[in-house]
Amino acid sequence: MMNNNDRVEIRKTHKLFIGGAFPRSESGRTFEATNSSGEFLANMAMASRKDARDAVIAARTAFASWSKATAYNRGQVLYRIAEVMQGRAEQFVQDIQNSEGVSIKKATKQVDTAIDRMVWYAGWADKYAQVLGNTNPVAGPFFNFSVPEPTGVVAAVAPDSPSLLGLVSVIAPIVMTGNSVIAIASYKNPVPAITLSECLATSDVIGGNINILTGDPADIMPWLATHADVNALDLTGITSAELITQLESDAAGTVKRVRTAPADPDFYATPTLSRVRAFTEIKTVWHPMGV
Amino acid sequence: MAFDYAPAPESTAIVNIKSSYDLFINGEFTPGGGTPFTTINPATEEVLATISEANQADVNRAVASARRAYDKTWSKLSGADRGKYLFRIARIMQERGRELAVLESLDNGKPIKESRDVDIPIAAAHFFYHAGWADKLEFAGYGSNPQALGVAAQIIPWNFPLLMLAWKVAPALATGNTVVLKPAETTPLTALLFAEICQQADLPPGVVNIITGAGETGRMLVEHPDVNKVAFTGSTEVGKAIQRQVAGTNKRLTLELGGKAANIIFDDAPIDQAIEGIVNGIYFNQGHVCCAGSRLLLQESIAEQTIESLKRRLQTLRLGDPLDKNTDIGAINSREQLNRIIDLTKSGEDEGAERWSPACAIPDKGFWFAPTIFTNVTQAHRIAREEIFGPVLSVLTFRTPDEAVEKANNTQYGLSAGIWTEKGSRILWMANKMRAGVVWANTFNRFDPASPFGGYKESGFGREGGVQGLGAYLNVEDPS
Repeated sequence: MMNNNDRVEIRKTHKLFIGGAFPRSESGRTFEATNSSGEFLANMAMASRKDARDAVIAARTAFASWSKATAYNRGQVLYRIAEVMQGRAEQFVQDIQNSEGVSIKKATKQVDTAIDRMVWYAGWADKYAQVLGNTNPVAGPFFNFSVPEPTGVVAAVAPDSPSLLGLVSVIAPIVMTGNSVIAIASYKNPVPAITLSECLATSDVIGGNINILTGDPADIMPWLATHADVNALDLTGITSAELITQLESDAAGTVKRVRTAPADPDFYATPTLSRVRAFTEIKTVWHPMGV
Repeated sequence: MAFDYAPAPESTAIVNIKSSYDLFINGEFTPGGGTPFTTINPATEEVLATISEANQADVNRAVASARRAYDKTWSKLSGADRGKYLFRIARIMQERGRELAVLESLDNGKPIKESRDVDIPIAAAHFFYHAGWADKLEFAGYGSNPQALGVAAQIIPWNFPLLMLAWKVAPALATGNTVVLKPAETTPLTALLFAEICQQADLPPGVVNIITGAGETGRMLVEHPDVNKVAFTGSTEVGKAIQRQVAGTNKRLTLELGGKAANIIFDDAPIDQAIEGIVNGIYFNQGHVCCAGSRLLLQESIAEQTIESLKRRLQTLRLGDPLDKNTDIGAINSREQLNRIIDLTKSGEDEGAERWSPACAIPDKGFWFAPTIFTNVTQAHRIAREEIFGPVLSVLTFRTPDEAVEKANNTQYGLSAGIWTEKGSRILWMANKMRAGVVWANTFNRFDPASPFGGYKESGFGREGGVQGLGAYLNVEDPS
């Protein structure tokens, strides 16, 4: 591809995002990302079992510090992601147009909504515990309160489209509460995910807190669904009933929490707190009152 | 000088146990098509009654009855009217409280003071609490128009038979669902008496169906295609099997499974209170408690002294007739459970832990296990890792708060934890670090309908009780 002053453009290598770094797939495999007409866009890293496992280790390590960050801090880190995304808005629009073959108007709407979605969740960081938690008026001389806490390490599959908005809508509610995530980007439209990885790498996200893999979810997810150090699965992007059944069944091995998306999800509508609830645990603490 | 207690048995005249019990389907008692089984008094091994077994046809009938009741009556009632039925049930449970308590102790083997003062009053309180939610669900934080799921299949264990029924049935009905409930095969009697209470309350037929049987009946119930929700309390092993069973269906699932809770005692703890908390934590209900404090973590500097005090206290516990008002430790619920406890305690000895029990007369008949302490336990021992579900305490030690956290969380489970210290900042720090759904600080084994209960990790998911518990039975439309 040449630009208008005939300069030979420097192309990007599209890699995975694990532990804050950009490795190629350990497997050495790649797959072709194409535009909506089937023309070549880029060679993407094809994440393997080993890549998934490396991502789990990175995610678990990051969970220790990210889950202890203050709510105010988590909110600012998410907001910072939105700031960096805004600076990359034009590139996102270009990526989405190339991948999904949509008009500039539609691509722009998707990017704007994705950035606003990140800001929406950023604002929840220091509020969701006030909405999902409470004190409990028990029948006895006890002070009793319930608070939501992050579940741990979540493996999530983004939908094929909208590729950027779907990925952001999956990632943001998971990490907002203090979880770590291993997100598998749209297999069909993976290119915008790489630009998002670059935003994450240049914002204040703790390395390993958000890991983004490209590849076939049908290949990668069974390893994550049976991985004992993964606490929960978000199957938003899985549409095959057969694969959902297999992953839900595999999840039972360590009693993982599993969320599936409703049929025909609308990512443009304002979300509920459903995704936040799905990947948090309620902890209830009792203490006697007395003199 | 030794003082002996005179026997103080609660009279069984208050309860009229029938020789045989049918299934409760569509508001009526109806015979089951399976092979009848017996339920026994675990303190005497005497047969209490013959119980119908529900086969596939009975499961189908029960689910069809619940579906019909959901479609035709229950979903058409206002929340206020649903609430009134729950208030009625709560009141009748209070009125018949002593009868329920005696029946519970006969069928389960738990001391009458526990069934009378804990199980039955809290069960009634669960109905009273949820009755008030029925017409206020739009205020519960699940959106402006939360809906019922439909038919709930509920399977409960034998350790708190009526209380677990209340934890399941009350929130399901308050949120507008109808239920098919299967009590444990060794403790069906209070559930069947609850069926009579539903009749006395004029609860519309089919809103509550109770089918009896063992694991196979439960499996058929979970598998039934017209079930919208499955709620299970029991072992992690069965919970995993159920999670696999519902994979790929749209059935909503909540699981309340096993535990291996750490009860952590710091060197500044109020030690006399802590001793009571340790005893309550593991010897309450013969240790048949999923959230039991079965791993005692003692700070090294007070370990010896605490173990001595604990041993002294254990010598005062009275084991025997569950119906005696002075009994602290009743019967183990079944021979099967007794064998499991014997097997695991044997592994404790084989693996090198040191075993101690107070001198304790064991009745000739029935299933009994003396309160037991294991010291010199390591984290690798089976008795430190596996749920024993009996009156057996494994003692470990720690030096620093960080080590206590590390050891407490070193388990596949995450149901509960106990913290004993006088230092407020340490309580909050520790409570924050525990990967467990319920944390008791300077207390243990407290339960209340307003207080959500449920686990982290392999102790299950979903909560029972409190505003959070309502979510397990509500359908909220999400755009994505």
